[in-house]
Amino acid sequence: MKKSFLLSGILMLHAMIWAATLPAEGIPGVEEIVDRANKVAYYAGDDGKARVSMTITDAQGRVRIREFVILRKDVSNGGEQKFYVYFKKPGDVRKMVFMVHKRIGANDDRWLYLPALDLVKRIAASDKRTSFVGSHFLYEDVSGRSIIEDDHTLVETSDDYFILNNLPKDPSTVEFKSYKIWIDRRTFMPMKAEYLDKDKQLYRIVEALEVKDIQGHPTVVKSRVRDLINGGETVSVFSDVSYDIGLGDIFTERYLRSAPKEARR
Amino acid sequence: MIAFMCRIIFIVTASLVFVVSGSGIDNNTSASELGDWLYDRYETEFYGFVESRQGWRLQDDPFEENETISEARFQLELSKEFDWGIIRFKGDLVGDRVLDEVRGELRVLNIAFSPLKIMDIKAGRQIQTWGTGDLLFINDLFPKDWESFFIGRDDEYLKAPSDSIRASFFSDIMNVDLSYSPLFNGSNYIDGSRLSYWNGAQIAGHENTFNDDERNRFFRDHEISMRLSKTVNGVELALYGYNGFWQTPEGMDPATGKGIYPRLRTVGGSLRAPVMGGIGYSEAGYYDSHQDKNGDNLFVRNSEVRFLAGYERELARNVTGGLQYYLEWMLDYSDYESSLLPGTVQKDEHRHVLTLRLTRLMMNQNLKASVFAYYSPSDQDAYFRPKLHYKVSDRWSIETGGNIFTGKDDHTFFAQLEDNTNVYAGVRYIF
Repeated sequence: MKKSFLLSGILMLHAMIWAATLPAEGIPGVEEIVDRANKVAYYAGDDGKARVSMTITDAQGRVRIREFVILRKDVSNGGEQKFYVYFKKPGDVRKMVFMVHKRIGANDDRWLYLPALDLVKRIAASDKRTSFVGSHFLYEDVSGRSIIEDDHTLVETSDDYFILNNLPKDPSTVEFKSYKIWIDRRTFMPMKAEYLDKDKQLYRIVEALEVKDIQGHPTVVKSRVRDLINGGETVSVFSDVSYDIGLGDIFTERYLRSAPKEARR
Repeated sequence: MIAFMCRIIFIVTASLVFVVSGSGIDNNTSASELGDWLYDRYETEFYGFVESRQGWRLQDDPFEENETISEARFQLELSKEFDWGIIRFKGDLVGDRVLDEVRGELRVLNIAFSPLKIMDIKAGRQIQTWGTGDLLFINDLFPKDWESFFIGRDDEYLKAPSDSIRASFFSDIMNVDLSYSPLFNGSNYIDGSRLSYWNGAQIAGHENTFNDDERNRFFRDHEISMRLSKTVNGVELALYGYNGFWQTPEGMDPATGKGIYPRLRTVGGSLRAPVMGGIGYSEAGYYDSHQDKNGDNLFVRNSEVRFLAGYERELARNVTGGLQYYLEWMLDYSDYESSLLPGTVQKDEHRHVLTLRLTRLMMNQNLKASVFAYYSPSDQDAYFRPKLHYKVSDRWSIETGGNIFTGKDDHTFFAQLEDNTNVYAGVRYIF
């Protein structure tokens, strides 16, 4: 007992020293920054669970709520992943399930389960830059934009952030011209992204409003997207976040038709 | 008396829909608080809606009233989880002015549990669906409600419940689903009570409804559905089998003139996979109408081969399109031809159908505009289903749409419904 306490103390000390000395060790290469940020933001643990509440406010101030449980399992760290989204609210989407097998360099496989019809539908939509459940978040904000789809340049290193500019390799597949991203130098968590449209006008901001340490993983527990052109915003709050929960292979038709207990509770 | 009660329920529910609107704009109605309280206290999920829906024919129908739908509906859904499984209930109370009745509809009442790690059981009343077609069914011989479909009830009501025990087994080799119904369920078909139809000789309506001999012997008039499925490299493969009866009365008892449900066995297969940025799928089935082995019994529908192929993809941001081809191929056609009585309408050997779906999401996905069209070049008839659905808030939604039938001859599948061409509108409050 005492020994393990000591051990963890030493480990912690190491971590602190490592963190403190990091900036002094110089600036990592841009590809390394991008890779680490991607893993921090989307690949914490081998799997994870969160309860998400999205508050969508439109330009007229009307508010809609979406509540769902999201389960994730990594096939490989930084590579393929599986997502299972189980809706709780509002009533018309309750118990619906949205499932994604995320691929790298290929279209994701996506399914929707409609409980009232007991219908497992495979989704044809391949455009990842469409709204996720009517919110200002896009599918890609939820599952992560593949890092191989942009060219990244480190434009500035401030005391707190690596600031990267990102240009899409195939501009025809996206609605933006470029986006700038602020990555926390200490945690490598992307804290803000600003999107410029084809006229180089700032039109969209995604930001982490609150980050917590959960099981040793920096975790965004509150985030916001603002639509600067049409007005309106969506705030996401993540609760009951846990990692390495030992998810089995629940990303199959069996569990679309009967939701696993991790999603129901 | 029933008519009076019906009217009362209709008025009460309809006014409930509008009264609740006063308090319903915010998201904290007492109904939702009750739902949260039940969940917190008893882990019982509680959900439902009230809705009012009204639809009219766009033309005179000599055999039916003007209204195609005029109803108030209250749905309640409850589920409770135990250590061993889940109990679910879903039931509707309907005040129906077209049929002048008040009725309860039990849609779901079942228990679901996993006795083994590799096995799920669901027993009781349930909705079941499988197969790949979009509003076309080949190997899905679970009950449908075509009347609901044609008068503009919510899509949910196209699927009618069945009383079954379903066992599913899962393994790396394949998954197996078995669904057994001790008593044949059957589909709700167009019998003239609400929609006019071709009765074999002419168009008829509610004064000349189609009667059938129900299959009602438990454990003898039973049916079983089976599916083997497996996904290989993103391609979903399935084989199907069914032993039971035609879902609609595809036979006639010459002695009584009543419709009968002849025996039917089917086998089939399907595949579905991502293709060129969209989803492609195909399904085929052999319908063995074995009460008419040679196809020369004019009172029983012949055996058939059915086939469909479809493709769906995103056409632009928030716009998706789908195309399908569907074939019904009558076997033993020459025997069918020679068995026909003079003066009866002769069916084609091949019935070809094309379908088109276009869906567009607008206004942060709160407005959904869609159209689904069936067109048969062989029958020379068509059916269009335009629909607009708007989510006013998380609790309120409104919907309007139409069911438009057109065709050359009175006896073909969609053309017989021509005088039922209708538009409808509905409002729903969800709690």
